[in-house]
Amino acid sequence: MQSTLQPEIDISTARHRHRPSQWVASVLVLAIAALIIWTFATNKNVDWGVIMKYLTFPSILDGLWTTIWLTVAAMAIGIVGGVVLASCRLSPNVLLKGAADVYVWFFRGTPLLVQLIFWYNIAIFIPRVEIGIPFTNVTFFSASTNDVVSPLGAALLGLALNEAAYMCEVVRGGLLSVSSGQSEAAQSLGLSGRQTFTQIVLPQAMRAIVPPTGNQVIGMLKGTSLVSVMAVYDLFYSAQAIYTTNGKVIPLLIVACIWYLIITSILYLFQSRLERRFARGIVRPPAKRKSNRQASSRTTVGLEGAAR
Amino acid sequence: MTPTTTVPLVRVAGVTKRFGRLTVLDDVSLEVETGEVVVLIGPSGAGKSTLLRTLNQLEAIDSGAIYVAGELVGYEMVNGTLLHRTKEDITRQRRRIGMVFQQFNLFQHMTALQNVIHAPIKVKRIKSADAKKAGLELLDRVGLADRADHYPSELSGGQQQRVAIARALAMEPEILLFDEPTSALDPELVDEVLRVMRQISEQGQTMMIVTHEMNFAREVADRVVFMADSRIQEIGTPDEIFSTNPNARLRAFLGAVGVKR
Ligand SMILES: Nc1ncnc2c1ncn2[C@@H]1O[C@H](COP(=O)(O)OP(=O)(O)OP(=O)(O)O)[C@@H](O)[C@H]1O
Ligand SMILES: [Mg+2]
Repeated sequence: MQSTLQPEIDISTARHRHRPSQWVASVLVLAIAALIIWTFATNKNVDWGVIMKYLTFPSILDGLWTTIWLTVAAMAIGIVGGVVLASCRLSPNVLLKGAADVYVWFFRGTPLLVQLIFWYNIAIFIPRVEIGIPFTNVTFFSASTNDVVSPLGAALLGLALNEAAYMCEVVRGGLLSVSSGQSEAAQSLGLSGRQTFTQIVLPQAMRAIVPPTGNQVIGMLKGTSLVSVMAVYDLFYSAQAIYTTNGKVIPLLIVACIWYLIITSILYLFQSRLERRFARGIVRPPAKRKSNRQASSRTTVGLEGAAR
Repeated sequence: MTPTTTVPLVRVAGVTKRFGRLTVLDDVSLEVETGEVVVLIGPSGAGKSTLLRTLNQLEAIDSGAIYVAGELVGYEMVNGTLLHRTKEDITRQRRRIGMVFQQFNLFQHMTALQNVIHAPIKVKRIKSADAKKAGLELLDRVGLADRADHYPSELSGGQQQRVAIARALAMEPEILLFDEPTSALDPELVDEVLRVMRQISEQGQTMMIVTHEMNFAREVADRVVFMADSRIQEIGTPDEIFSTNPNARLRAFLGAVGVKR
């Protein structure tokens, strides 16, 4: 067998083959890209001067701030709610589990837009908010619902409650991805239930939680544009407010898109860093790889270990 | 209660355990003295793993009682009423029992050294520097000093299991439980793990070992327990179990796993 090999060949000098279909595909992609750029560059409705002017227009920046703020706040509440719901769904307590199941079923099963409009009109459903002793006449606090829940509050409430249902499933999936042997080992070392969860299970679950959470954040960022139906001046509604008065619809939509893309890109970079952080022990950090040969032999060992 | 020389380190008294309608431990009684090495053998499904797991409360028992160092496991008598122990108390009781699993169960997000020192630091509140020093010594004892900074995924099965043993030893348990520690290993990696276990047993560590390595059992065990059908069928010295015992069940089992008289 050995003699049939030709030892003087070194495959490191090998070149990739390009099939004709790949050439055709490349040309097609470039042509379409050129067409799109051409359309934007020469279209009289795309006035770059207007775009640049409105990109940093005060009301647009205010709207941008509202969008960021809403995204962060709704995600924060959504994640905390999601963790709570996930631990309820995994709890042996039937009542807790059932309640969490119904919550997730309801909020995932109805359109977000409908939920938002509902919260916006909550005052029709519950005209007054009262804090007191139930089923008696004793009240400590009473106010009109519209005074307590502003449109912005209703927007935040709607987005966060909906998000919690989705984050619950993300977190639950992550927790289930960690084998029960991990918590058994932790418990038999004398770690408390809380330590086991926070120090052993959750850090390993994060690897499965971070990527879909990144998706959720980006979805939330864009989902905040729905609050325009509640007259909340987010990025999109601010752009809308300008183009309904000056008619420059396309430039202002582009302005909004540019900002959405900038934030999405930043989020994407942040997510990659987080993913690398939680990949510890699963993927070897690239910095420690010395030579190709060493790296490949380690990978083999890693795969063997993981297969067990 | 403080342990005295007259109290066995482990006392399993008439323990029954069911999974639904399946009785997995049926009135099992067993005593293990300090410093003793007890090996459990028996066919698959006999209840060996379950017995080990009840000792550190990974499984709850349905009746009977378990004592470790004279202390009732999982329950306590308060003013004449038998109550479940608090979570904190159960955690405290688990600390004195170490466990080595068939699937190693090393913490995947920690290096070998971090695996070993995590519990001493977080549970025993030992200073990080001291824990590190002791951890490196332990890794050296299992022959893995040069692998301290490797993650489990970068170690072979035999190496992972030796780290798991070092991790259990780091808590200085009064008793160390092994549930088929070499069953998940490639044959050529079994010996390096058995060697470490032999070495630990020579240092007077109390151990309970479930294994299918009969030669090893014969060599390290003070007593061998044969379990089948959810019950302890025979208890005796390695010689009594492997050579002279007339029990037909036992003979059949030993024949099936290829033990020659
Ligand atoms: N969590 C569980 N739920 C239901 N049945 C279980 C559970 N754990 C174990 N069993 C059953 O209990 C019986 C005893 O299991 P156990 O794992 O203790 O056996 P074993 O003697 O360790 O066997 P092996 O040599 O295969 O490991 C088996 O019939 C098993 O199917
Ligand atoms: Mg077993």
